[in-house]
Amino acid sequence: MPRIAGVDIPNDKRVVVSLTYIYGIGPAFSRAILKDAQIDENTRAKDLTEDQISHIASIIDRNYVVEGQLRRQITQNIARLRDIQCYRGMRHRKGLPVRGQRTKTNARTRKGPKKTVAGKKGVKELR
Amino acid sequence: MSRSLKKGPFVDPRLYEKVMKAEAAGYRAPIKTWARRCTIPPEFVGKTFDVHNGKIFHKVYVTEDMVGHKLGEFSPTRTFRSHTETKKK
Repeated sequence: MPRIAGVDIPNDKRVVVSLTYIYGIGPAFSRAILKDAQIDENTRAKDLTEDQISHIASIIDRNYVVEGQLRRQITQNIARLRDIQCYRGMRHRKGLPVRGQRTKTNARTRKGPKKTVAGKKGVKELR
Repeated sequence: MSRSLKKGPFVDPRLYEKVMKAEAAGYRAPIKTWARRCTIPPEFVGKTFDVHNGKIFHKVYVTEDMVGHKLGEFSPTRTFRSHTETKKK
């Protein structure tokens, strides 16, 4: 199996798809990379020659931020928001939605599993 | 949707002028302002503002990291006084 950008080992899918297994590369970037490398999107990842693989790797290396580096960049950005006391930073700290979504209902992704509050309207005594 | 780049960031002109004047006069006290929508330009770094939140003024000391944010982001408008503790039986 070919190895691109560190630990990633995309399998025997089409190259466009297998490149998206790299963190930070989605369908759009994947296509752009292959166009840049002049490789047909439909070739299977296992059929790539050594040359093509190293070509793709060098393109990613040069133009894209992926994997660990990208993850670090994201946590740094969030840490910055937390540090400066701004509204978005405070939402991150409290684990609530950051972009102005409603929190009266929903927002479960940020808030985590439901915490039932006893005595609240609609909650019957569970016993 | 983000603001058109053509226009550049919105910096309240009156507040900007006031800051420049205070700078020239060496006036250090916090500047009271209601201009929450004002983007923080690099010139505001190291200044202190009293940003109104509709009720009171929050003291905001501008650091380098805050450039590009709006003044209002640092003066919360809502109070959340935590839910009542569940009583232990």
